[in-house]
Amino acid sequence: MKDVLQQLEDRRASARLGGGERRIDAQHAKGKLTARERVTLLLDEGSFEEFDMFMAHRCTDFGMERDRPYGDGVVTGWGTINGRMVYVFSQDFTVFGGSLSETHAQKICKIMDMAMQNGAPVIGLNDSGGARIQEGVASLAGYAEVFQRNIMASGVIPQISVIMGPCAGGAVYSPAMTDFIFMVRDSSYMFVTGPDVVKTVTNEHVTAEELGGARTHTTKSSVADAAFDNDMEALIEVRRLVDLLPLSNREKVPHRPFFDDPNRVEPSLATLVPASPNQPYDMKELILKTADEGDFYEIQADYAKNIITGFIRLEGATVGVVANQPMVLAGCLDIDSSRKAARFVRFCDAFEIPILTFVDVPGFLPGTGQEFGGVIKHGAKLLFAYGEATVPKVTVITRKAYGGAYDVMSSKHIRGDFNYAWPTAEIAVMGAKGATEILYRSELGDAEKIAARTRDYEARFANPFVAAERGFIDEVIQPQSTRRRVCRAFASLRNKRLSNPWKKHDNIPL
Amino acid sequence: MFNKLLIANRGEIACRVIRTARRMGIPTVAVYSDADARALHVAMADEAVHIGPAPASQSYIVIDRIMDAIRETGADAVHPGYGFLSENRRFAEALATEGVAFIGPPASAIEAMGDKITSKKLAREAGVNTVPGAGGLIEDAEEAVRIAREVGYPVMLKASAGGGGKGMRIAWNDDEAREGFQSSKNEAASSFGDDRIFIEKFVTSPRHIEIQVLADGHGNCIYLGERECSIQRRNQKVIEEAPSPFLDAETRRKMGEQACALAQAVGYTSAGTVEFIVDGERNFYFLEMNTRLQVEHPVTELITGVDLVEQMIRVAAGERLAHAQEAIRLNGWAIESRLYAEDPYRNFLPSIGRLTRYRPPGELSSDSAVVRNDTGVYEGGEISMYYDPMIAKLCTWAPDRDGALAAMREALDAFEVEGIGHNLPFLSAVMDHPRFAAGDITTAFIAEEYPEGFAGVELPEPLLHRVAAAATAMYRVAEIRRARISGRMDHHERKVGDEWVVRLQGKTWPVTVQADREGATVRINDHTAHRVTSDWVPGRPLARLEVDGTPLVMKVGRITGGYRLRLRGADLRVQILTPLQAEMAAHLPEKQPPDTSRQLLCPMPGLVVGLHVGEGDEVHEGQPLATVEAMKMENILRAERKGRVAAIRAEPGASLAVDDVIMEFE
Repeated sequence: MKDVLQQLEDRRASARLGGGERRIDAQHAKGKLTARERVTLLLDEGSFEEFDMFMAHRCTDFGMERDRPYGDGVVTGWGTINGRMVYVFSQDFTVFGGSLSETHAQKICKIMDMAMQNGAPVIGLNDSGGARIQEGVASLAGYAEVFQRNIMASGVIPQISVIMGPCAGGAVYSPAMTDFIFMVRDSSYMFVTGPDVVKTVTNEHVTAEELGGARTHTTKSSVADAAFDNDMEALIEVRRLVDLLPLSNREKVPHRPFFDDPNRVEPSLATLVPASPNQPYDMKELILKTADEGDFYEIQADYAKNIITGFIRLEGATVGVVANQPMVLAGCLDIDSSRKAARFVRFCDAFEIPILTFVDVPGFLPGTGQEFGGVIKHGAKLLFAYGEATVPKVTVITRKAYGGAYDVMSSKHIRGDFNYAWPTAEIAVMGAKGATEILYRSELGDAEKIAARTRDYEARFANPFVAAERGFIDEVIQPQSTRRRVCRAFASLRNKRLSNPWKKHDNIPL
Repeated sequence: MFNKLLIANRGEIACRVIRTARRMGIPTVAVYSDADARALHVAMADEAVHIGPAPASQSYIVIDRIMDAIRETGADAVHPGYGFLSENRRFAEALATEGVAFIGPPASAIEAMGDKITSKKLAREAGVNTVPGAGGLIEDAEEAVRIAREVGYPVMLKASAGGGGKGMRIAWNDDEAREGFQSSKNEAASSFGDDRIFIEKFVTSPRHIEIQVLADGHGNCIYLGERECSIQRRNQKVIEEAPSPFLDAETRRKMGEQACALAQAVGYTSAGTVEFIVDGERNFYFLEMNTRLQVEHPVTELITGVDLVEQMIRVAAGERLAHAQEAIRLNGWAIESRLYAEDPYRNFLPSIGRLTRYRPPGELSSDSAVVRNDTGVYEGGEISMYYDPMIAKLCTWAPDRDGALAAMREALDAFEVEGIGHNLPFLSAVMDHPRFAAGDITTAFIAEEYPEGFAGVELPEPLLHRVAAAATAMYRVAEIRRARISGRMDHHERKVGDEWVVRLQGKTWPVTVQADREGATVRINDHTAHRVTSDWVPGRPLARLEVDGTPLVMKVGRITGGYRLRLRGADLRVQILTPLQAEMAAHLPEKQPPDTSRQLLCPMPGLVVGLHVGEGDEVHEGQPLATVEAMKMENILRAERKGRVAAIRAEPGASLAVDDVIMEFE
């Protein structure tokens, strides 16, 4: 009997060694942790339950039958994050460079199926050289099996990808279809075709870091949602994100004890909007002063900064925030910001996360760049996302809400539940100057007349009361009581029920 | 008494005057520029009158504007505060013409003391010590030596027409005087076309100590002790205290009597200050007289119990001084720290913007300690570039100097200012500086102790231990809260452990926490246990703790796996890891912040309106690189050194935040 028990321990020890001491040292030397170390850091201590530890590949080509390490380059299983269940897979670069084989894929698929069945997020820690070339099409089939599951799981359970090493070629499409992608600075990159191919085909000289490093994907391509300095910080931040997400679309958002007064008054918000209408201000201040404990988990902080997206808690429960940022491009909507916010809104709606929208939007960004780029359809994504969302939606207009952008930003007309405005709000088709120049074109030569017309327009329309008269604004609120009003609004919406007509799926302008 | 008082000033001093006026039952009028429409003094006053555009030259110092405001409101008295029109003879005269009381000295006294040469002459005539010296036509080097001997070494030889250190020499003996005379003369001739040389006593280890005087219109004049103002940065006072740790009673009396003699000689009334320079042997020499209320007057109020503003108002209304000289007792010790909107880490560059957070420490007044904050700003207010960057004066009082220092350290730690750069860390650093704590200071203190500027503070290890103990206890509380999230697997909850590893300033310490009902006992590195108690809860940006029975106050911000803690002038990043995390963290690289010396960073939030160089261009020191528009001002960013532009990272029209990269150099 003892022999058998010892044998199990020996096998486990062998499996835990992955690709062996030398490769583990090499991994460490690159400033990277091993697959198992990463899982340990991600999960509550001692909570990891492994599956398929002894699984090995079945490939017999190219002499592969002589090297069949346990686990086959990926560690899978489940565990808890602050006591809540999550499934995890972690690719092991020390085993065949973390390459994906048929069995490797099967292991991932197994935990994805279980996650779907049992209603818990899947977190993928990616560190893989790509397809297991020795297996040929079997490896490609494996990818596709994972892809199909990513697609089926989308909107059912949260899926989070952490890129902690290479992720190239077809491999990128699994993370691409998950809800969030995080990267580790300097040790991770993602691209469909690498620098060598790029050089051959387009004659562009580019490094892997420039082509697909964390900086590129967080600032230029918007592929990644955030980047962190090292493996540990990335995993600590993933834990922090998981604390904000429901385990599945069957569950309500999590809540936890909070130490902040829902009735907290912030007198300084009375002066947030500057006296001059053309002066910017930092919308993040409003988010931080509204949130519980000033805690904000920003998504895509470095991309399309003219719109802010992320999670806060109100009374301990998660709320998604979308806010125009007057500090950047005057807070206007454009292709990038519309796409960024639309995707965020749809995530929130899919997982029953209420949405808080702060509006200061002068309109859509004009220009050939925007029009040729298809701002019509990209802008429509955000409109579509807000309009189809059935979660509680609370909107506060702080200053400008002009033109079509007013409609887009979670207005009353697209099923906003609470639409508040600060007294500084200006809800109009456009700014007073632009409006008078169109309305009184014949008087354009007379600066004095135009100025008077502008003043008249301002007096009539540059306020929230015209909209309030029509019920488009539910109430004009004092800026300093924003937190209290917003908390109470969401509290009143806890039992909101709203559903869209049956359809196979919608046809959002992709 | 007056029916209505107009304050011809802004900021903290306007607020301070309004407070006293209100206590005396006098209605107040504030004046304000465009930039100050939302300012605190406007909100505090009973009435407010708009007097023009933001620049002071078009508002606060335009006499006609103030006179209009007086007429409009019917004010019968004006307090000028300090700066602006406070020492403007024409203003005092204009008020007199209108029959409005000027709360300050007579115009003649302002004029007499307004000129450096005249005031010095008057002082000498009134028997006030002045720096010995002689000027004008010094024939030759031998005459220079003769004069230098008379004055007594060391002496300073300087060009009569001089300035900016040109033509200036210090001589400690005859040879140096001879040599210095010749070279000063040559330099003066070539620099100014005027080779006249002036010889004056060179004051070693100079301190700036000033005497507060108060005089009424009935011939009474008293002095209210001194203020030590030696902590200065480029002639800008930073920290003041009263009394001076250097003066003895005899010197104080002599200085006070001379100050009163001068005041009486020029027919002075109201509050005034006679500034002296004091050398290492307690010889004191007259510098100048300030014919107004000084910025640092609160320290005098705290040790004498006299409200100087009230006395100024009463004197202006014709009353007699309420106190006789014998009644003035100096009680305890008071320190003032001036809070400037200046970023100490960026060579004290003025910082403007919105005060997103402004929470001064609570004011208190007891027999053992007083905390007073004279402020002109509020959370949500705007610090504009138009006026003095001083935004508050934090004062503490205690029965002795050590007590006042301790109270100041704690009050500075509890002072929350966010949104702008400010000098709180620097003030804390000075409070903890051994030379300052010992009172061993001169006007060169900051230049000597911070020659390369201010780069933060390294806390001593015992204090770091207490900080680490506090941070771990706090982090554990926050982790326990996290483990109480909804949706947990019953019976399989996360257990938050007692063993931690703290990483702080490159040090790694194992830490054990034993929590109980009242607090926690924290053992660091198996050394002595620290007892931590606090009412801190996660998310609170200011932690007030007691560690080992002494208070520890820190500003707390969240970072990945820990906190950013600010206290005592230090800005610490502390990570609190589980032993497992710590073990693995050892494999991971500590990423150094990027080398910014090869980059041009945006110094303020703004819009790139122009790029003046292209990639590959050679640039020379001082060459304009980019123009950034911020607050409607165009700021030209120049090359700090020679180099070649490697890459341009921002395009015209881009809106940048602080420290965004504009371009990189090779």
